[in-house]
Amino acid sequence: MESTGIKTKQKADRQAASEHPSGDKRFKVLDITMKRAQYRQDALIEVLHKAQESFGFLEEDVLLYVARKLKLPLSRVFGVATFYHLFSLKPSGAHSCVVCLGTACYVKGSGAVLSALENHTGIHQGETTADGQMSLMTARCLGACGIAPAVVFDGTVAGKQTAEEAIDKIKQWGIGNEA
Amino acid sequence: MDITELLEIAEKERSHQKPIRVHCCTSTGCRAANSLSVKKNLEGAVKDVGLSDRVQVVGVGCMGFCGNGPLVEIDPQEKLYERVTPNDAASIIEAINGGIATAPEGDLKHPFFARQLRIVRENSGKIDPESIDEYIAVGGYQPLYKVIHDMTPAEVVDEITRSGLRGRGGAGYPTGLKWATVAKMPPGQKYIVCNGDEGDPGAFMDRSVLESDPHKVLEGMAIAGYAVGASEGYIYVRAEYPLAIERLETAIKQAKKLGILGSQIFYSAFDFKINIRIGAGAFVCGEETALISSIEGGRGNPRPRPPYPAQEGLWGCPTLINNVETFANIAAIVREGGDWYASIGTEKSKGTKVFALTGKIRNNGLIEVPMGITLREIVAEMGGGIPDGEVKAVQTGGPSGGCIPASLLDTPVDYESLSNLGSMMGSGGMVVMDKETSMVEVARFYMEFCRGETCGKCIPCRAGTVQMYHTLTKILKGEANQTDLERLQALCDMVKHTSLCGLGQSAPNPVISTLRYFPEEYTTLIKPDVLNGKVAVSH
Ligand SMILES: Cc1cc2nc3c(=O)[nH]c(=O)nc-3n(C[C@H](O)[C@H](O)[C@H](O)COP(=O)(O)O)c2cc1C
Ligand code: SF4
Ligand code: FES
Ligand code: FES
Repeated sequence: MESTGIKTKQKADRQAASEHPSGDKRFKVLDITMKRAQYRQDALIEVLHKAQESFGFLEEDVLLYVARKLKLPLSRVFGVATFYHLFSLKPSGAHSCVVCLGTACYVKGSGAVLSALENHTGIHQGETTADGQMSLMTARCLGACGIAPAVVFDGTVAGKQTAEEAIDKIKQWGIGNEA
Repeated sequence: MDITELLEIAEKERSHQKPIRVHCCTSTGCRAANSLSVKKNLEGAVKDVGLSDRVQVVGVGCMGFCGNGPLVEIDPQEKLYERVTPNDAASIIEAINGGIATAPEGDLKHPFFARQLRIVRENSGKIDPESIDEYIAVGGYQPLYKVIHDMTPAEVVDEITRSGLRGRGGAGYPTGLKWATVAKMPPGQKYIVCNGDEGDPGAFMDRSVLESDPHKVLEGMAIAGYAVGASEGYIYVRAEYPLAIERLETAIKQAKKLGILGSQIFYSAFDFKINIRIGAGAFVCGEETALISSIEGGRGNPRPRPPYPAQEGLWGCPTLINNVETFANIAAIVREGGDWYASIGTEKSKGTKVFALTGKIRNNGLIEVPMGITLREIVAEMGGGIPDGEVKAVQTGGPSGGCIPASLLDTPVDYESLSNLGSMMGSGGMVVMDKETSMVEVARFYMEFCRGETCGKCIPCRAGTVQMYHTLTKILKGEANQTDLERLQALCDMVKHTSLCGLGQSAPNPVISTLRYFPEEYTTLIKPDVLNGKVAVSH
């Protein structure tokens, strides 16, 4: 009897919790992901991936929500979110540009591509333009070394990039045109 | 499914295939050069010229010559086209009937192709990685059937041991021995883990195998599961490889649907399921204990070994961890026998190895060669040397490896020879450098990498890599003196011998090897007044 009572209570809790007070639809996406993983704690990284995909970055509110739903201490969630390079606790730009700085790309001049982009946008690697239009990031190796130097523009890999080509590409996004 | 059904699928697929297949590479490298549009236009052209009953356009995996992509191959006419643009498509199809193609023609007799021996990559660039039927048509999943029905688990382990296969993830631990250790653990929950983290910069072999022939890896894992008594497997792929992840997901779904993965595989008592886990950008997660912690949803911090994962791995259970390429060798070994595999390669390094040949070299791409081939054969013959200049060094083994000078290019490529030179086989990245590359810069580059990738758990690695990085920067700026250089050497020694995991233990290698082979590059940067025995004065 008692165990059934607990089960019902857990179920009620979950249902209540599955509605984020803000009513933000993106939390629904998280709910679905967590439910599919049966709220298993080892699904944390997967859930954070999903969260970042839907929210663009991991805001504190999201981390709190995930911690509560997976019954994990916030410190653990925070610890994981900060350990992995791909998770970002800061908002990222509308467009993203990732320059590979792996060995093959480096030997073939990706450093020059990066500095050209930095000069053109006035931001450094790891930063987002003031208007939030573009984030400039770097990668350790994209596994596209055969076409080095490689740059990823909004998720699409482009190979054998020169500084000019890379700048042309971000100009198409309307970045730094007036400069 | 039983063997007749499997053979039926193979037969049906083969009879449906058209006599002429136009292979268009749809892997990452060629995709980045617009190969999807090429493929679309090829398909359109086949229809336009009314060849649909004879000619079939197939999106295939990586053909290896990624630096010259997009690649299109006409099978069985053995014609290869390079740097194909969508506009070339129509002429390529017309060339089948004697027209002239506008795209540059590649030379399949070039050493780049001719010197290869393909086992891991036998299907790569030949079949559609998104079709399980095509995999079955080339004999896929028959080895799995064979082990389940005709072999005991112990016999499978023996076969792998006999093959002499060593782990392709870097250290070269004998695969058979590892399998035997897990198999010997008491029955109960055991796991198979496939390490697809591939964090080494300059390496993309595993990516290519996963993208080009995902079923081969799944089959290898399932055979391993049968051999060691595991019913569940995880494949850990880095998030930077979205296409590999997508194709693995497809492959797992297809295999499940046919009853090749899941419960009672091939009507036997053997169950095996495979889950995908996606990394989140941390090089250290390639280290096996860190990888386990990451699969469990935690930070990727390594832990001391023993206990080894074979004894206590995922969730405390015995776990077999192997690299993607290691698993991709398994089906062929079962099919052809361990003795066959052992007849390839050298005394202590058996079989073939896939290398990513990149950097300042004419022919960029992936090659699979028998162990024991010399670096010179790879770089000068297959790679075609440096376009205009001379080879200065070849970097192998990534951050755990070192730079091998041009004077030692006649070294055979095997585990022992490379480590005797202070480098490593690593996962198979080979970055060729020319005279313009500064070896001190390269050393600093790797130290910047390790500094950023250290997990921070132990001090020698966390603080040591930062100090080494600063010293190298100081040297490059011409601000260092002899004492700094000596301190750098002492640091190398300390970090190497006192770090907890392989990352720290091998982080100094690029510095040690450049100091060993290119000492003059360091000394010319050292303040000359100090070399004369005077005290350094800062101005
Ligand atoms: C810092 C570090 C990174 C590693 N990265 C990888 C990797 O990306 N892929 C891999 O297969 N092995 C990697 N390894 C080696 C693994 O720990 C492990 O030895 C290997 O996956 C075992 O498989 P194998 O026996 O088939 O080589 C790494 C080791 C260290 C210390
Ligand atoms: S050696 Fe480096 S990466 Fe390995 S555990 Fe220590 S700090 Fe972490
Ligand atoms: S080094 Fe840039 S893609 Fe590998
Ligand atoms: S990616 Fe097309 S040949 Fe390698």
